[in-house]
Amino acid sequence: MEKILVGLKRVVDYNVRVRVKADGSGVETDGVKMSINPFDEIALEEALRIREKGDASEVIVVSIGTSDAQQQLRTGLAMGADRAILITTEDAPDALTCARVFLELTKRENPGLVMLGKQAIDNDNSQTAQMLAALWDRPQATFASEVLLDGDTARVTREVDAGLEVIEVDLPAVISVDLRLNEPRYVKLPDIMKAKKKPLDEIPLADLGIEASHTVRQISFEAPAERQKGIMVDDVAGLMTALRDRGLV
Amino acid sequence: MAKILIIAEHDGGVLSPNTAKTVACAADIDGAEIDVVVLSDSVAAVAADASKLDSVSRVLTLENDANKHALAAILAPQIASLADGYSHVLGSSTTSGKDLMPRVAALLGVCQISDIMSVEGSHAFKRPIYAGNAIVSVEAPEDQPVVATVRIASYRAVGSENAAPIEAAEIAVELPTHTRFVELRSGASDRPDLQTAAKVVSGGRALGSSENFDLIYNLADKLGAAVGASRAAVDAGYVSNDMQVGQTGKIIAPDLYVAVGISGAIQHITGIKDAGTIVAINKDQDAAIFEVADIGLVGDLFKILPELSDAL
Repeated sequence: MEKILVGLKRVVDYNVRVRVKADGSGVETDGVKMSINPFDEIALEEALRIREKGDASEVIVVSIGTSDAQQQLRTGLAMGADRAILITTEDAPDALTCARVFLELTKRENPGLVMLGKQAIDNDNSQTAQMLAALWDRPQATFASEVLLDGDTARVTREVDAGLEVIEVDLPAVISVDLRLNEPRYVKLPDIMKAKKKPLDEIPLADLGIEASHTVRQISFEAPAERQKGIMVDDVAGLMTALRDRGLV
Repeated sequence: MAKILIIAEHDGGVLSPNTAKTVACAADIDGAEIDVVVLSDSVAAVAADASKLDSVSRVLTLENDANKHALAAILAPQIASLADGYSHVLGSSTTSGKDLMPRVAALLGVCQISDIMSVEGSHAFKRPIYAGNAIVSVEAPEDQPVVATVRIASYRAVGSENAAPIEAAEIAVELPTHTRFVELRSGASDRPDLQTAAKVVSGGRALGSSENFDLIYNLADKLGAAVGASRAAVDAGYVSNDMQVGQTGKIIAPDLYVAVGISGAIQHITGIKDAGTIVAINKDQDAAIFEVADIGLVGDLFKILPELSDAL
């Protein structure tokens, strides 16, 4: 195949303990470390390995958001992507809009694979890959833990509640990746320098001519209910007593 | 009035308890009239299970050899075709529901709501984001069907005293052949199902090997509990992926959760927040798991687990 498109979402770093703003208008993101969504990084790593095996010739990283997302795209380029596309918008687009953006890019780039993280760790939605596959009328292989390419098909192992499911899909296809697919490479300093010279195109969302969705509106945010601090016991006997008191054994 | 279509989750023979929880969520919507649809190559047994669920008005069946395995690309166009006239289309927030429902939503041209944890109105819901560190109230547009998944850990199953009529549904859609099932590798066990068990014992990286996980299995068997694991234990290869509890694994709400040798990363805590009682056993007294534990015991799990198993 010629091309693989990979989505990279800019999200609050997974080590940050997110807090809801006092006025309930959102979560605190000022001065918070931002990173590539970890699942998207795994998607990129897999795309790079496919290209390095000679099964693809170009890996294109795509982000949708403000110009701040350039930073995550540059990291993707430093990891080894060939070029980047940033679809600029000030609004946080919903998953359906993101799927429509990727659909438009599949028409322009004609990729053999679109690879995305199985979910973004901010909204925890897990929707964009499935929606893109529907709109594109192509197969979806979600929650992938192994991807084997064989000519015009891919054999994908999926992490599902019942265990591991293996499916075979015709290409082009959409793959959403799970944690155990691979371990992303570290970026080396010379690669960061090289990445600065790689092409990064910015296209305003409005220029893509895609339909706006009637979005699900986020009205307000609240902190989750806290669990009460419990008791400490000294030994197994103490634990047994506490369990018996609660009628659990 | 809300006309709700729920996609039955099943393994080909038995209806999943998750569907009874999804029905419970639907029943929270005012004036809900609930239909459950069963897609399978052989619908009879699952449809019979579904017809017993309280609050269900009707069970619809779509029997087709192509529905033998729950492939989203095959099921979604059938559901989208059947969805005409429904105000809500709901599935469980399990790997199969998460795979399927966004595809249904996109075919209907609407956004999807993931992980409903409470119903605030016919088009207003609450759901967790940021690994459960924030809860967001969302509103779906009133002029479109609501397509959503239900966070099953937030609901108790409805009763099964009903006898809803079962009808074969008629649709005419062409199904794709671009997606094919190959196999399911399942770590089938005789223990209770992790997602629905009343008691769960989980082990973490501190177990050190898959052999040592026998200590967890022994304790679980004494308690009649299911067995889970932290991501670290799965990554280390001690146990299989279907045992992972947390943000990207299973979200569970047992009456008793025993976390052994699990440090308590935010992503793990997300998966157990709704548990009745959390017991933590860890040698590090500063482990984050003690922040959420109802009963904590600091010590060496290799000493504590055999003692505890003996005491039970």
